[in-house]
Amino acid sequence: MLDTSTVLGEAAEAVAFREAKDSILPVEARGLIFEAGGKRLIDGIDLRLTTGSVTMIMGPNGAGKSVLIRLLHGLLQPTSGKIIWGGKAFDQTVRKRQAMVFQTPVLLRRSVAANIAFALRLNGAASPERCSQVLELAGLTRQADQPARLLSGGECQRLAIARALATEPDVLFLDEPTVSLDPASVLAIEEIIARARDRGVKIIFITHDTGQARRLGDEIVFLHRGKVVERSRGGSFFDAPASSEARDYLAGRIVL
Amino acid sequence: MQDFAQAFGLAFDLVLAADPDLLEIIGLSLRVSLSALVISCLIGLPFGAVVGMTRFRGRGGAIIFMNALMGLPPVVVGLCVYLMLSRVGPLGWMALLYTPMAMIIAQTILITPIIAALSRQVIEDLHTEYAEQFRSMCVPVPMAMGALLWDARYSLLTVALAGFGRAVAEVGAVIIVGGNIDHLTRVMTTAIALETSKGDLALALALGVVLLTISLAVNAAVMGLKATAARYAYA
Repeated sequence: MLDTSTVLGEAAEAVAFREAKDSILPVEARGLIFEAGGKRLIDGIDLRLTTGSVTMIMGPNGAGKSVLIRLLHGLLQPTSGKIIWGGKAFDQTVRKRQAMVFQTPVLLRRSVAANIAFALRLNGAASPERCSQVLELAGLTRQADQPARLLSGGECQRLAIARALATEPDVLFLDEPTVSLDPASVLAIEEIIARARDRGVKIIFITHDTGQARRLGDEIVFLHRGKVVERSRGGSFFDAPASSEARDYLAGRIVL
Repeated sequence: MQDFAQAFGLAFDLVLAADPDLLEIIGLSLRVSLSALVISCLIGLPFGAVVGMTRFRGRGGAIIFMNALMGLPPVVVGLCVYLMLSRVGPLGWMALLYTPMAMIIAQTILITPIIAALSRQVIEDLHTEYAEQFRSMCVPVPMAMGALLWDARYSLLTVALAGFGRAVAEVGAVIIVGGNIDHLTRVMTTAIALETSKGDLALALALGVVLLTISLAVNAAVMGLKATAARYAYA
């Protein structure tokens, strides 16, 4: 059973710790352009994201959502433009304080616990106690010794998120982590993400699920054809979208 | 046909009687080939992993070269090692010619390219899967290499098996550098070659049957292990 008081105590400590240390946020994209195969996938994005909230990135397929977070995470290099983290250029120290969860989780061919231990070892924090603490937060204690690849889809994604959070990142990028999962798994994952947000982790989350964006999103960044066409608070975006593209998207019309 | 029946009978008798000469030959064969395999894995696996997970200028050429070396003719390897180890050769002072160590060296040279080239393919496939995640997690190269080798361990067993099969079955290199000296460098393949040339086909075939049985047993054991791993999704 999860000891709530311990977890809450740790959460408060984590927030205090995060406030005390220098955050890598805000992140600023200035005039960001990314081209591949002769196509412009990101077309001049200026964006500033600050600490302590959930930013949902929405938009039709091909809008450039995944490319944008890969650029912010440093997995792709922009064709032109700059990404500045906490006033400084991107470097390995910045990358180490971020984590990303991919749409299809990439799990090592090892046990569930060994997947967590691998991430902890990277930060020199591998102890059995910390490992079981992370597994408990993800609700995977019973599966600790199971091969990670035999988990269900929802459990795989929970493990991937727990592994990403194990290193206590400042920013967590999520690329449609709950796509094609059952409602119970979606709920479990949203709870883990909400707890991380409460601990002060900045969440940057791509989703197509408007219900999920309403539940979790503090703000929505709506992309279309590689541009930010709208950015607004969660509630106002859904109640009164300002752009015609967002209106069509929310109305279920095909946005090209 | 009679030869075959006689050979199986003789092989059976030799094994059942635990003929000391036969056991010595089998023991030396295994010692030489397994030692060569271990050394080849220590060299070939990290080499294959580095080529499999890195991109550098001339990589395509390096891969073609590695693949070509898989087909090294054993007699040529034997001859080269012979020249190196012979009394007038650069390593003649080590006095290794006609010793099991010379045979281990020759077989190591023969199978290291097999281990390196095949493990390169295995590691490259796994690296394609892990690469983005590892970059995201800032995994240092040595740790990534260790993780890839460890996670691919069951596939790499098949690679090692291919190397062992090549080593234990070859005769060209060990006969040149070992000399097929009774009680010293006689292994199964050289003994088979000798008995065949002496006309004792039954004994040669009996040794062949034993060699085949060992190969089958090793293969079955590795495949069994791999199947178990696949069932638990580690492979």
